[in-house]
Amino acid sequence: MIVIDARNKKHKELNFEIEKYLNNGYKKIKLINVNGQRYIFAGVKGDYYLEIEGVAGDDLGAFMNGPTIVVRGNCQDAAGNTMNYGKIIIHGDARDVIGYAMRGGCIYVNGDVGYRVGIHMKEYKDKKPTIIVANTAGDFLGEYMAGGILIVLRLKSNYIGDFIATGIHGGCIYIRGYIDEDRLGYGAKIVEFNEHDKKLLEKKLKEFCTIFNYSVDKILSKEFTKIVPISHRPYGKLYTE
Amino acid sequence: MIVPEYKILVDKELCINCRRCVFECSFGAHVYDEKKKKIVRLHEKCVGCFRCVATCPTKAIEIIRNPMLFDRHHTWKARYIRDIKIQANSGSVILTATGTDYDYPSIFDRLLIDACQVTNPPIDPLREPMETRVYIGRKPDVIDVDFNGEKVKLKTKIGPYIVAETPIMIAHMSYGALSLEAHKALAMAAKECGTYMGTGEGGLHKSLYPYADHIIVQVASGRFGVTEEYLKVGAAIEIKIGQGAKPGIGGHLPGSKVTKEISETRMIPEGTDALSPAPHHDIYSIEDLARLIAALKEATRYKKPVFVKIAAVHNVAAIAVGIANAGADAIVIDGLRGGTGATPQIMRDHVGIPIEFAIASVDRRLRQEKIRNQVSIIASGGIRCAADVVKAIALGADAVYIGTAALIALGCTVCKRCYTGKCAWGIATQDPRLRKRLNPEEGARRVANLIKAWTHEIKEVMGALGINSIESLRGNRDRLRAVGLTDAELRVLGVKVAGD
Repeated sequence: MIVIDARNKKHKELNFEIEKYLNNGYKKIKLINVNGQRYIFAGVKGDYYLEIEGVAGDDLGAFMNGPTIVVRGNCQDAAGNTMNYGKIIIHGDARDVIGYAMRGGCIYVNGDVGYRVGIHMKEYKDKKPTIIVANTAGDFLGEYMAGGILIVLRLKSNYIGDFIATGIHGGCIYIRGYIDEDRLGYGAKIVEFNEHDKKLLEKKLKEFCTIFNYSVDKILSKEFTKIVPISHRPYGKLYTE
Repeated sequence: MIVPEYKILVDKELCINCRRCVFECSFGAHVYDEKKKKIVRLHEKCVGCFRCVATCPTKAIEIIRNPMLFDRHHTWKARYIRDIKIQANSGSVILTATGTDYDYPSIFDRLLIDACQVTNPPIDPLREPMETRVYIGRKPDVIDVDFNGEKVKLKTKIGPYIVAETPIMIAHMSYGALSLEAHKALAMAAKECGTYMGTGEGGLHKSLYPYADHIIVQVASGRFGVTEEYLKVGAAIEIKIGQGAKPGIGGHLPGSKVTKEISETRMIPEGTDALSPAPHHDIYSIEDLARLIAALKEATRYKKPVFVKIAAVHNVAAIAVGIANAGADAIVIDGLRGGTGATPQIMRDHVGIPIEFAIASVDRRLRQEKIRNQVSIIASGGIRCAADVVKAIALGADAVYIGTAALIALGCTVCKRCYTGKCAWGIATQDPRLRKRLNPEEGARRVANLIKAWTHEIKEVMGALGINSIESLRGNRDRLRAVGLTDAELRVLGVKVAGD
């Protein structure tokens, strides 16, 4: 694994350095002293592994297709923006619009996340993205969500933002513990959490729990609230000819 | 009672009851009555697309505007009465298509182009070289050149930019709104003419990848079909913020139109609504826009210029400055008359400002801020002829996008029913039966003909102006004069009145 020191480097300089190593055939890269540099691994395609020590900046892994990124620290906005495939593992907190329009792969966060996480998340054929958050999420979770699975575990705090799943027309959100119906936004509804859901979560949580050292059974011992769209065509009757 | 818009007149002497019109009409206006053994005309279903007129083997059909739609009252014009009746029936927002058909005064029609006489003579475009090539993208503040004996080397890094052989490019219209055949025809025409076509926000079908070096790929809030491959394959990337036909509201392809092929290109399941809301919820400021521009540049390793498209709205000049400072390589301004495949009528007819004012004020403000060289201006929205192109450039645009004009070349008759998905000409439809009516090769030839014809006309005008490079006409308002405009309008346009 090649180690790159990001100290005092602007994002452009750092990302060109990373590109140089990728072009030279390096498959594993470790960045140290990262301090908010943006667009790391943006648009990178392939089977790469990236480890980040420090705070990753905005748009980490934006538009990426395939790589695995591990952040040993916090992460700023828009990680996994429109990512097609790959994995982003964040050991700290992450901020707003994580997983914007992501189409495949997964994002695991071991802390809290900010507003509008999973907005426009989609699914397509074999691609079904997953975001799992260990603690809480801010307002507008899963806004305009069109596919995939969003899981918020609330392990340390019972907080959850308002207007959950506003404009949702596909996919599904699981929030650990009870949520009142009035916390939901337009277009969303709560349905029963059944055995099938439990099995699905068991499968989805396995890797997450191994990475961050949690017990799947313990997490699943508490009830979940399942949120789904009322309709796949929420605005079907709005217009006339 | 809702008065039908059109009346179908059939010459009984010519009609041979062949039922071709029944086959051709996708809106169900010509219906065969099995019991009576005759064709029935349902006037209320007719949209005035002229498909039956064009295909009737005996030329027996004529479509006229229904004379009953007369304005019996100056305030309560027929169109208002009709709309009220429709909404009283449905309780819904009225949907329409194309650009506004309100009679707002056209500013282009109030502008006249100069010509050389005696002194500073005209140039004969048939004998002299005429440069219509435009470079879209950032131009450097200064050019640094290294002189080494005989050799001259450019030290300044220029670009990225795209080169168009004509200032006429084809506007972004999505695959989904348009048929694959229409998309392909436009892509082929763009390549043939050395210019560009936009994908719109619906992704790029794999079969069009061979034309990708002449395609500008669009990224909108819904990110349909946006992958790193899509970004890298195009000639440039355009972020769609707004659209002239519906400023401030987003795109929405109904699930009924998301067929298997559309679903593959947009990368969403079949039958689900494709929502592309107006707010990009990751963009709440110029700084956020700068971040998306930079993310797209990083993802394409700084090889592609990034454009930002906005609707022409009241504060368009200030917004354009922000976009330029956010690092965009071109600003696309779509005016009041900009077209669309579907929009609420109220947005199409009442929101935005005419493109002419927007071009002039954006160009002026960017010059005042001394950042005009940082961005190109692409104007669109109601460009109807080559004269409009010349006037747009003289007001300050680098190039224009044509949308509706290109579709008319393909066969569109501006019936304004694109949103129904029943386009009888095979342009704005996904119906396999209707799509077959459009031959991409033939369509491409017609669109290419139009662009070439307009480019020739532009050269004629350039010759008359004594200008041999279109880039030296850009922002050259002194070569325009106005008739019938107010002092305030002249001030915004920066144009003198005729005779002054």
